[in-house]
Amino acid sequence: MTGRRRNWSPVIERRPVPPPELDKSPQLIVIGCSLGGMRATQIILSSLSRDFCVPIVIAQHRHRKSDEGLPAYLRRQTKLPVVDAEDKQWIESGKVYLAPADYHLLIERNGTRGELSLSVDEAVRYSRPSIDVLFESAADAYKDRLVGIVLTGANEDGSRGAKRIKARGGTVIVQDPATAEAPTMPQATIDAVQVDRILRLEEIASFLTEVCQITVRHP
Amino acid sequence: MTNPPLQTIDEQEKIDLEGIEVELLTEGVYKHYGFDFRDYSLPSLRRRVWKRVYAEGLSTISGLQEKVLHDSSCMERLLLDLSINTTAMFRDPTFYLAFRRTIVPLLRTYPFVRIWHAGCSTGEEVYSMAILLQEEGLYDRCRIYATDINEAVLQRAKDGIFPLNTMQENTANYIAAGGTGTFSAYYTARYDYAMFRPSLREHVVFAQHNLVTDASFNHFNVILCRNVLIYFNNQLQDRVQELVLNSLEMFGILALGKKETIRYTAVSSSYEELDSEERLYRRIR
Repeated sequence: MTGRRRNWSPVIERRPVPPPELDKSPQLIVIGCSLGGMRATQIILSSLSRDFCVPIVIAQHRHRKSDEGLPAYLRRQTKLPVVDAEDKQWIESGKVYLAPADYHLLIERNGTRGELSLSVDEAVRYSRPSIDVLFESAADAYKDRLVGIVLTGANEDGSRGAKRIKARGGTVIVQDPATAEAPTMPQATIDAVQVDRILRLEEIASFLTEVCQITVRHP
Repeated sequence: MTNPPLQTIDEQEKIDLEGIEVELLTEGVYKHYGFDFRDYSLPSLRRRVWKRVYAEGLSTISGLQEKVLHDSSCMERLLLDLSINTTAMFRDPTFYLAFRRTIVPLLRTYPFVRIWHAGCSTGEEVYSMAILLQEEGLYDRCRIYATDINEAVLQRAKDGIFPLNTMQENTANYIAAGGTGTFSAYYTARYDYAMFRPSLREHVVFAQHNLVTDASFNHFNVILCRNVLIYFNNQLQDRVQELVLNSLEMFGILALGKKETIRYTAVSSSYEELDSEERLYRRIR
């Protein structure tokens, strides 16, 4: 019954499974966005199938006093379960976690299990939640099994975190600045690191589906 | 898409080494100074430690370990980094609103109310509670024990002087929290600072207390422990929750931070939920 102590794994269809030592498929996806991010995340999440089992953690700059509106909105747009992150919650496959307003969200690894951790340390680059804080902790915890995605935004948050993801062997995807509502954030990441892909929003979901080796079952 | 394998190995070793260094640092600090950060939640601890490494002009955690062990003023600075939690007056106004509506009526039935504010940091939320209790006419029969691990932080809380530029936000919070008076009546502005009325701390006892290493020191009707446990790992959270439970009177109230829950801890069956959204619990066994 408790989220943290239960290990839940959905039945999924995978393509021919590579032997474990060669399986480098991502185990976690982190997304950072700011201005215009609500629409952008909605486009990605709504295109992912219900079988998509790699957990997704999102840091979106939200107003300190924003209520539960964001998770409720995203819940209507996707078949995946969307939750506001709680402290020390286990990361379960197939779920989407949102950084709560006015907290930093960090990722920890406890053996084979991912865990969410919150902090009220001061804002980083005027932001709490900070995308850098999420990305850096996730990079340390998941190393090369991590995909980081930087979407639209009007500041440079995320670029430092992207650097750490690359340094740890992970994958960084950036929304094509030309298609972003606010290009500053994706552009800053492109300037800071050698990104793996620059994609339009509509292409991101299919890219994720491909690298995560999930068979899409069409209804 | 993939890095050259050599670089990955170097990076991998660096992360492992960092884990060892953090462990050695916290072990050394515990043995030498008695402050126990060994079971703090790792990602936040790591960030805070690195912040201190850079602030000291050092480049490794091991370098910080040497400096901290040989220079107690450096330890004080590290302690500040590891224990100061940024907060605001009436942080999460809806919590104070719920406290007014749900908890205050319960407290009215008590002749005397003991409140423990555990991990009070610089005191903003202690003054908030004092204001709320004054406005509800309850303050005279309340005693608030405000504790923190850090003496320097407690001194700031005792002074009750906060930057004037935070007052706009504080005022907005106060109104949203159901304040019934005028917020500016509670402080005097001096230069860039707001000094809060001494009457607000008339029934407050500020004392150093370490949740990790100190024992229970009284029984309370209300315990506020908001956004403190998030810095602890699971095992330590369980231990501190045990201490909190043993410090709470039967039917006493526990208030946690907005994204904290006792659902995952060993003591969850000892409580009933009074307000699931605002994380208000009542001890029932």
